[in-house]
Amino acid sequence: MTAYLLKRLVIAAITLVVASMVVFAVLEVLPGDPARLMLGMNASADQVALLRNQMGLDAPLILRYLHWVGGLVTLDFGRSYTYSVPVIDLVRERLVVSLPLALMALTLSTAIAIPVGLFAASRQGRAGDAIAMGTAQLGVAVPNFWFALMLIYLFAVWLRLVPAGGFPGWSAGAWPALKALLLPAVALALPQAAILARVTRSALIEVMNEDYIRTARAKGLPYRAVLWRHALRNAMIPVLTILGLQFAFLLAGTIIIENVFYLPGLGRLVFQAITQRDLIVVESVVMLLVAAVIIVNLLVDMSYALADPRLRGRQ
Amino acid sequence: MSLLEIEKLSLTIGATRILRGVDLSVAPGEIMGLVGESGSGKSMTALTAMRLLPHAARATGRVTFDGIDILKATEDQMCALRGDDIGMVFQEPMTALNPVKTIGEQVAEGIRWHRRVSRAEAEERARKMLDRVGLPVAEFPLSRYPHELSGGQRQRVVIAIACALDPKLLIADEPTTALDVVLQAQILDLLRDLVAEKRMGLLLISHDLAVVTEMADRITILRGGEVMEAGETAPILSGQSHPYTRQLAQASMHVPARAKTRAANGVAPLLEVEGLRRDYAGRRTSLFARGPVIRAVDDVSLSIAPGQSVALVGRSGCGKSTLARMILALDKPTAGTIRFRGETITGKTEAQLRPARRDMQVVFQDPYGSFDPRQRVETLVAEPLHVLEKQPSPAERREKVRQALHEVGLAVSDMDKYPHEFSGGQRQRLSIARAIITRPKLIVADEPVSALDVSIRAQVLDLFAELNQKLGIAYIFITHDLTVARAMSDEVLVMHAGRIVERGKTGQVLDHPQSEAASALVAAAPDLHRAIARRMQEQG
Repeated sequence: MTAYLLKRLVIAAITLVVASMVVFAVLEVLPGDPARLMLGMNASADQVALLRNQMGLDAPLILRYLHWVGGLVTLDFGRSYTYSVPVIDLVRERLVVSLPLALMALTLSTAIAIPVGLFAASRQGRAGDAIAMGTAQLGVAVPNFWFALMLIYLFAVWLRLVPAGGFPGWSAGAWPALKALLLPAVALALPQAAILARVTRSALIEVMNEDYIRTARAKGLPYRAVLWRHALRNAMIPVLTILGLQFAFLLAGTIIIENVFYLPGLGRLVFQAITQRDLIVVESVVMLLVAAVIIVNLLVDMSYALADPRLRGRQ
Repeated sequence: MSLLEIEKLSLTIGATRILRGVDLSVAPGEIMGLVGESGSGKSMTALTAMRLLPHAARATGRVTFDGIDILKATEDQMCALRGDDIGMVFQEPMTALNPVKTIGEQVAEGIRWHRRVSRAEAEERARKMLDRVGLPVAEFPLSRYPHELSGGQRQRVVIAIACALDPKLLIADEPTTALDVVLQAQILDLLRDLVAEKRMGLLLISHDLAVVTEMADRITILRGGEVMEAGETAPILSGQSHPYTRQLAQASMHVPARAKTRAANGVAPLLEVEGLRRDYAGRRTSLFARGPVIRAVDDVSLSIAPGQSVALVGRSGCGKSTLARMILALDKPTAGTIRFRGETITGKTEAQLRPARRDMQVVFQDPYGSFDPRQRVETLVAEPLHVLEKQPSPAERREKVRQALHEVGLAVSDMDKYPHEFSGGQRQRLSIARAIITRPKLIVADEPVSALDVSIRAQVLDLFAELNQKLGIAYIFITHDLTVARAMSDEVLVMHAGRIVERGKTGQVLDHPQSEAASALVAAAPDLHRAIARRMQEQG
């Protein structure tokens, strides 16, 4: 077990280092000089050179990389070119919106997908299964921004239950803040839930054909009880895998959804930073997202061992 | 008064008729043997009694258990019966247990479900039951997971689950088919004792006539969904008046006609193995330490003459397959040498091995799993031809395949078919055709007939014998089935814990085993003659 965890940890660390190199390299080769951008088109070459020197942009590549990584490790992400504030402050401000949003969406999609998958699997080939899976197919096909607009129209414009966009801040109280995040979370979660429900269903159906399911039935357990007690945990491994992979798509989705709902989250920050060539912000936020994906997948790897005792003894 | 009474049971799945008017009964304390070849409907009969049939199945007739009409009972009634009054043991112990639950949970589950007792009470009962089936708590705590147990131990857990609530009827569907003979004897003993102790009725399903004869008071012989013969075991098997019963009995004792071994004196040996050893690294116990090295094959030496047939027998896990893999150069020995046709093949590169590969081929146990289902027979059988020095032209290749199919008794027109169009026995013929197409000098056959029905097995054994005579191929038969060893080999090597513990002429070793391992194998092997004689004494 410890060997398994250690190996996963080492792999995660290596992935993180490689990812940081890629992120740094890609942004280095992108056109656009931040110093020139900050000073405007009329600035003289000398002024630009001076600023480049101040910003450390003229140092050799490897030094800049090491400086940047060193900063990341000590949580000193540098200063934003456009906002002229420490990036860490920007990120912290935005994270309190994006992190709850991602967690809500993740919880919501799991909470919808697993019961739907169980329902469809228990009615395999019957009307209930067809309806559930047909709806899921629709959920996979519909883009989340369109779905978000429909939600706004229905719940904000028509029923006036929730605000159409914006974020009052946590200082306005937990409930108003959560209410503002509710629609975006649903819009993010539903397409994910649709995929996850399909995976859950097919994993369950495959497991239900296993010999040990017959053993459980021969014990006198009704079909539903077998599905819950024996099939679900065995079907969790593929479901967890997809859940981990989907987390990356969830983060990508927040960039779009935060723009649709005018939420001051990380997604909008990175979007604005890209249009303004605020490289240092882009690098930091992208690295943060990469780290989040790697950590979530590390958690998924660990949960495999919880779900399947056979993995505990292995390296 | 019968416990289970099946009358005129007919079963269809879709348009296929599985059972036609089957009659069968089991009385309390009685062992009823249900015998038949694959596809005869044995398992479906059992599943009908449990009402665990596939959705598409439609049953007509009458099935009564303890006064309850099974075919008309509600699902709730059936759930109350299953696991409480009727227990079931399955064929494949490796997959019959849920891998993510402990054995304690799995045995206690049925007890808690039916008796609504506390967890502690159910676990206490589970502990007693596991102890009864030979898994004492001191060695096998309830917290063990199935993957930590061997096949035989897992089958004991399955039996504990089935018998935990003292069912009135136990259904055992091929309970020992996946186990080696020694384990088979132990599990059969356990079932017999449990039946006597708790006065259960036992419906024992098997394809093995010898096993059923040893165990059953009465037998029912099934073929193509119809009962061929039924009644007391002794008269049916001693009389063998029904032609199908006679056919089954003869097939299960079939010995192919083989000329005696050609005198191998003075001929250079085809295969020589010297001091062969294979170690596997022990399981990692912590980050920096590994458990002790596992020695799968330990100082094995042997020699096989051209055209000679040798049986390598031993219990599962004794190292016979590892040894075979090294002989086939599919695994690298830790120490020792293998010489084939006088050349050393250990430590050679794949390119250097090519000529040797041409002369050695292999036939595997499972005729279903050893073919790519999406390739045609021509491609499959021609596969080993790539080791030839000169690649044959498409026409030559087709001719070679045609020849090989002809030799194993398949039609030339079979060349363009896919594997699923063949029966198990025909597929094993395909494996043999694939093995002989390069005209090898040695074929290693790993349990080549243990997945086949007795009548098919007799035909395949005949084919092996015929090819041995005609093409002069030497064989290594790997098997735990002594009937196969006796039928097919000139010499027997008995393996135990990685070592060869006994070797000699086949008849000599099997009739007068000297080593403990060989004696155990011989004593445990089911033997139809011996079983009939014992039955005759008991039933008069």
